[in-house]
Amino acid sequence: MEKKRRDFLLKTAQGAALAACGGLIWTHLLRQEASAAALALRPPGALPENDFAAQCIKCGQCTNACPYDTLKMATAGSNMPVGTPYFEPRKVPCYMCPDIPCVPPCPTGALTKSLKDINKARMGLAVIDEENCLSWLGLRCEVCYRVCPVKGKAITVENHPRKISKHAMFVPLVHAEHCTGCGLCEQACPTQEAAIRIINPSLVQGKIGEHYRLGWTREDAITQDFAAGAAPAPAQPSSPDVAPKEAPGMDTLNKGIEY
Amino acid sequence: MHAQVQPTEEEAKPGRVVRLYTPPATLSGRLWSWRYLILRRVTQLGILAMFFGTARYGWEVAGRPLLTGNLSASEFLGVIPMADPFAVLQQLLTMHVLDKEVLIGAAIVLGFYALIAGRTFCAWVCPVNLVTDAAGWLRAKLRVPDFCSLSRNIRYWLLVLALILSVLTGVAAFEWVSPISMLHREIVFGIGLGLTAIAGIFLLDLLVVKHGWCGHLCPLGAFYSLVGRIAQLRVRFDDSSCTRCAECVRVCPEPKVLDFKLAAENGLVASGECTNCARCIPICPENSLSFNFRPLIKQHNSTATQQARRPS
Repeated sequence: MEKKRRDFLLKTAQGAALAACGGLIWTHLLRQEASAAALALRPPGALPENDFAAQCIKCGQCTNACPYDTLKMATAGSNMPVGTPYFEPRKVPCYMCPDIPCVPPCPTGALTKSLKDINKARMGLAVIDEENCLSWLGLRCEVCYRVCPVKGKAITVENHPRKISKHAMFVPLVHAEHCTGCGLCEQACPTQEAAIRIINPSLVQGKIGEHYRLGWTREDAITQDFAAGAAPAPAQPSSPDVAPKEAPGMDTLNKGIEY
Repeated sequence: MHAQVQPTEEEAKPGRVVRLYTPPATLSGRLWSWRYLILRRVTQLGILAMFFGTARYGWEVAGRPLLTGNLSASEFLGVIPMADPFAVLQQLLTMHVLDKEVLIGAAIVLGFYALIAGRTFCAWVCPVNLVTDAAGWLRAKLRVPDFCSLSRNIRYWLLVLALILSVLTGVAAFEWVSPISMLHREIVFGIGLGLTAIAGIFLLDLLVVKHGWCGHLCPLGAFYSLVGRIAQLRVRFDDSSCTRCAECVRVCPEPKVLDFKLAAENGLVASGECTNCARCIPICPENSLSFNFRPLIKQHNSTATQQARRPS
């Protein structure tokens, strides 16, 4: 009886140890696969990457529905999470079909059907390499501006003084608020390697934080005494743009300054 | 493995000559003996071709796409959704709410295999079966001995592990490494390194363990084994004509399911691990095995017992 119990416990422990080892290796594989996701550009309407990774069943019905063969399925060993749909704008960009045919076939909701207006899609963000952009070098190009389907909003052309002559430069600027990440600009860019590229916004986009308040964008005046020991500002937590009670910008550099 | 089921003194029936299987001499006889094999290959390749043609050439019937997607999730003629119930189960365990389309699809597939067809997926649909059957055939030709023995229960452990890891990692754990999905996807949508995994399975089955992948490791096969227990489509076993020659056991990829004692009791192969591949049916020299549905098998058996009781 005693021996039976011992054998049972031993077998259980052995099995558990084996399962734990296997589980660790398996988890490592999964994490490695998933970590490649930051580089993948997803179809329009895709959920945030973590949710997308969990919900995409890798059936390829979105790629079948794409009339331009923009969407592809990541094969194993392709530096993308295996089996998920992605696109490479330099090869084939998203032509932003107004009826968004790739979204309705998705059976799991990894591509959200609430996306009705293709201009609201956020597949990525165009980023300009100013050192290799023809316009930024002082040549006339503006190809990206002209092919942009959200014309005049996602990419604008601005005047910029030029050092070596009186002539102005006309340089493209991307506005994340309107850029869908379709990649027509990246495909059209005439440089040898595209100087404008679509990238996952999380890799390039900063965030100024709540303690910066841009006075010139506000109607009401910003008046608050940040001096140390001063009475706390009146509580008014109505909008996120209102100054927090304790100024988070307070540190050794601006503490205790007297005028 | 064979020792358990070879005819023993008490098992062998007195007064019955044990005949072994002799392949038919004529070509038509041979083709007839391969009928289920041919049917299986036609089904497997036909399903692959439908997916491939719809994805690559836009095949349509009456203006509707024939079969879009792949074995993970698909839509037949733009109306009938289908989905891999094991994949959907893993996805649900990542605590995500899925659209109802995929849930209905999974229910349709699950219902078909659970109530009607049993573990038919493995032998009639799965593309990896083509690979492992090829390895098994070559293995028999080359008479490769087993390198080591593996428990056939490992697959159930892997099944449980896949479900646990889906909860812990937040992605469908088996779907992200499944060589089945990889092979199928790469046939339908384009070749990649997934084929190396398939080469691995081929070598495992050829050189390391007989029926190594499908019979020992595959968690999807384990899933369908559990699902297929109550299914109606069964291999009927006629105890009165069986001589226990055990030819069926020799060709069976899941030999444990052909336990003569259990089969004689039930009048059918009851285990969910039976893939309904029908290798055993044409090879039986006494025609003791045949496909049938449970209620009909019951009826057959009760008449057979009555006839046996009647004094001749």
